[in-house]
Amino acid sequence: MSVLLSLRNVSVDLGKTRALADASLEVAPGEVIALLGPNGAGKTTLLRAVLGLVAALGEIKLGDASPQTLSARERALRAAYLPQRPQAIWPISVEALVALGRFAHGAAPDRLRMQDQHAVDDAIEACALGPLRQRRMDEISGGEKARAHLARALAQHAPLLLLDEPTAGLDPAQALGVADVLRAQAEKGGSVIFSTHDIALAADVANRVLLMKSGRIIAQGAPTAALTPDALRKAYGRPARLERVGSSFAAIFER
Amino acid sequence: MSASLRIPLALVMLSIAALAAALWLGPTQLANPFASDDITRTIVWDIRFPRALTAWLAGAALGLTGAALQGLSLVLIGVGLSSFAGGLIALALNLAPNPGALADLVNWTLGSVDGRSLEHVALAATLLGIGAVLIFAAARGLQALTLGEEAAVAIGANLTNTRILVVLGAAACTGGATAVAGVIGFVGIAAPHLVRALAGHDPARLLLPSALAGGALLVCADITVRLLPTDTELKLGVAAALIGGPVFALIAARLASRGGDS
Repeated sequence: MSVLLSLRNVSVDLGKTRALADASLEVAPGEVIALLGPNGAGKTTLLRAVLGLVAALGEIKLGDASPQTLSARERALRAAYLPQRPQAIWPISVEALVALGRFAHGAAPDRLRMQDQHAVDDAIEACALGPLRQRRMDEISGGEKARAHLARALAQHAPLLLLDEPTAGLDPAQALGVADVLRAQAEKGGSVIFSTHDIALAADVANRVLLMKSGRIIAQGAPTAALTPDALRKAYGRPARLERVGSSFAAIFER
Repeated sequence: MSASLRIPLALVMLSIAALAAALWLGPTQLANPFASDDITRTIVWDIRFPRALTAWLAGAALGLTGAALQGLSLVLIGVGLSSFAGGLIALALNLAPNPGALADLVNWTLGSVDGRSLEHVALAATLLGIGAVLIFAAARGLQALTLGEEAAVAIGANLTNTRILVVLGAAACTGGATAVAGVIGFVGIAAPHLVRALAGHDPARLLLPSALAGGALLVCADITVRLLPTDTELKLGVAAALIGGPVFALIAARLASRGGDS
């Protein structure tokens, strides 16, 4: 299975709005892809369409099958999803939340088999949640919650990670921590698609960016090639540029 | 012993204690369940025993249903269904053929386990058994719903199945409970909230403790209405609502101050 995900001319209508228009994309193992663009550009819709959570026109293949023809469990084994505002409706422990990532593998959070426990432990370790594993979700900070939910998605052990703004609300150091997790995922042969408003971080961590505007992909490619001043202005409506600063990037928007 | 065993066990013991108390305690005198005279034996085993067991089964069914429905978070649908069910009861009252039937219906809406027999016990137990099988089959789905609907689907939960199982299970449980005990509020809401402090918030691990607590709660409530020195015995449903209303308001206020988003 050399292509984890392919989209061909995919469109999504939400009510009367075309939230995603003619999107085409192929994702190979080991790629980290950043979705950029202003609010309402269609980033979330693209991720939800991949999971079959919204009805889409065009062709989507998650591995070798359309998400609509797969059961929820089969989809979960192919792609893990972190929604933009992840919830923990009941204040369960961090460890119990992460263990929910093993749901598709048939594990109940209080009766984990050996391989489930390993997956949970690894995910907790990767997200630096070790000291917090027994804490309740309503007793930890916003950044810690975000990491717990990311760990839940990692524990799912799906080859494709779909993350909707995984660094929203995180301080710069924590955001870089998440970036490391995404890179590690790619090094292990998995792929990541994540949306973000942090253009510099995207340029830093992604090997490919998709710049979106009004439901369309207006530029894609390697960060420095795709995020030209022209493309950024077209997307965000303001003069902007991406600059290399030392080993990382800065995105500069003019007033 | 792990908490997941210890708490149900403690609640089983509490239930047994409450049932034993219901056999012994009477408004005027204590009765020895092991006495040999016929009158005492009739009072204890033919009157008090089925009554207490009916109360326990109805309470357990309501506690289990409450825990399952709270896991589904179908609050708005619940409000809608509740007013629809209220309408159906009003319709039944409206169409009552004679004053006798009307009185029966009114009594039923007040909720009581007075004068119940082993037939009632069998009916409630059968329906509780069926309901429990369905609801426990939905336990993992309820667990997944902790993440909210969309993320629950994304981790592989089949929410349609979960909802069907819970709704059918809840129908069996509450159907059995209301058929034998009439309308009894409060237990379904209170039992899960009361045991959360002990058993934690995991919706799957809450089901059994909530059922056991609901049973014990209703047996205790029934002992209370039997022992209260009122001229007309207070109905169980009325007592439950009088205690339950304020307790529910308290729980709601606490939840609101904690904030729903965690």
